[in-house]
Amino acid sequence: MRIVIVDDSGLRATVLEEGLREAGYDDIHVVPPHGAFVARIERMAPDVVLMDLGNPSRDTLEEMLVVSRALARPIAMFVDQSDDQMIGAAIDAGVSAYVVDGLRKDRVKSILELAIRRFNAFAKMQAELDEARSALADRKAIDRAKALLMKSRNLPEPEAYALLRTTAMNQGKKIVEVAEALITAHSLLGGTE
Amino acid sequence: MSRIVTPVSVAFLPLTDSAPLIVAREKGFAAEAGIELFLHKTTSWATLRDMLVYGQVQAAHMLAPLAIAVTLGLSQHPAALSAPFKLNLNGSALSMSTEFAAALDPDPAKRIADPVGAAHDFAAAIGLHRRKPVIGVVHRYSSHALMLRYWAGFAGVDPDRDLALRVLPPSLMVEAMRSGEIDGFTAGEPWSSVAVAAGLAEIVAVGSRIWRRGVEKVLAMRTDWMDDNPDTVDRLIVAMARAAAWCDDPANHAELAALLEQPAYVGQPAPAILPALAGRIMLRRGAAPVEIDDFLIFAREAANFPWRSQALWIYSQLVRWGMVAASEDAERRAADVFRSDIYRRALAKSGLPMPGASMKVEGAIGAPIGVGSHGATLTLGPDRFFDGRIFDPQNIGAYLTEADTPAVE
Repeated sequence: MRIVIVDDSGLRATVLEEGLREAGYDDIHVVPPHGAFVARIERMAPDVVLMDLGNPSRDTLEEMLVVSRALARPIAMFVDQSDDQMIGAAIDAGVSAYVVDGLRKDRVKSILELAIRRFNAFAKMQAELDEARSALADRKAIDRAKALLMKSRNLPEPEAYALLRTTAMNQGKKIVEVAEALITAHSLLGGTE
Repeated sequence: MSRIVTPVSVAFLPLTDSAPLIVAREKGFAAEAGIELFLHKTTSWATLRDMLVYGQVQAAHMLAPLAIAVTLGLSQHPAALSAPFKLNLNGSALSMSTEFAAALDPDPAKRIADPVGAAHDFAAAIGLHRRKPVIGVVHRYSSHALMLRYWAGFAGVDPDRDLALRVLPPSLMVEAMRSGEIDGFTAGEPWSSVAVAAGLAEIVAVGSRIWRRGVEKVLAMRTDWMDDNPDTVDRLIVAMARAAAWCDDPANHAELAALLEQPAYVGQPAPAILPALAGRIMLRRGAAPVEIDDFLIFAREAANFPWRSQALWIYSQLVRWGMVAASEDAERRAADVFRSDIYRRALAKSGLPMPGASMKVEGAIGAPIGVGSHGATLTLGPDRFFDGRIFDPQNIGAYLTEADTPAVE
């Protein structure tokens, strides 16, 4: 069974491809949706095309499915139209699948289930990465604000931090918000660090 | 009115004519009607369609022909959709590369003012071009793709034979122009203005000069959901009608452009969005903007009223271009997508002018006229097609025989 993954994100495509290979599929091609990608897919004559729902080129791909003479059999979206739960899970995970008509439902279903799991795993990984990035950025801002207070008000570090924390509590804000406000105010007033 | 707040999720694409939805949320019209509006930005019509059809959202900012195509089973999974409210009239443009445009009338304003002459020039320019012109369209079932077909078809161009129509998302049109992948495109604003500002293209035709009151986007919903939630639907339509009126008021255009500029919405600079709102369009980089009245209409003249005859005009074009085989059943189902009855029910107490009929002959109004209405007086503006043809929804067969009708495959 030939599977084409249309994806911009190298990492997500890799995550999906690995999963499919582990499951025993070995005829897998990753095609980034640029330029004449539709012609490439046509030549490959895949049985299944997996694509990120957020990809703006979905309309381009669907048009190919409508007009293509190269694909002998029509391709329909999602496998089992009666399986609403599965369709919902696929949309939530952000996967769309185009499948050659006549392919055995259970085989396609297992591919789609795998794609959903892998897409979700990738999204979770991405979210954790974003969270780690923003935590790092927060810490940097708090450190800068602390340094400003230590310098301008001659405070030792624990007291500078305590001042940020009490201000945040009194204003019902996050410490990082107070820190960022302080940094902005400082630069507006022409301060240097 | 009920004080319960009902959440409603709506999918949209980042285009200027998503404005009424964004305004309904941001200016509080939805909240005042007891609706908490959640807006989901999508990047393709396919994904917007899937979210609507499979119930991830309750309504969508949809190309009117796509709503009809989904209902007729022409676009993936068939589903009965309804459009009880039109979001706008017109607002699209056809832009061609400066190289292609050089073969047309040298004065860009004259091309717009004389769409008949421009269509003939366009047909002649095809033969002069170094390849079969590749023209980007946002979707097979887009309003402006049908408009392009209608306009070029008038001058003897067979769009499927003489042009290479390439489907691309609106947001990628400008990039595709830059890389030379396409020679022109037709899309909703702000994309033509963005391409002109970049010096990549000239606007050679606008939707509102092809059909003065051309149907563009609709608020589409699944018919079963609409039938099950009449109270929510009515409140949503009331909110949308107020939002659309706000969008139409020139006094609000600057604020509207600033709203749409936000990354969560259209995400293009306000100066690229304003021209379509104001109807002052720069057709070529560096040229003075040209006044194009009725370029984009959000509300006036009961623009939001879904005339069943307008759905039937779209159906006639799907038949004309071989996208669907003509049948009484398909004709009835297409007309049923435009739910003038639901519009009437929702806005009965609004004081808005309410057309007395649900069908009209399209393209017959040359100058503004008063028409039969309930409530406030209703004046309809000119709705002519550029070629002067008149669409009688009772006689689609004859209308199509007159046109050049290719056989359905």
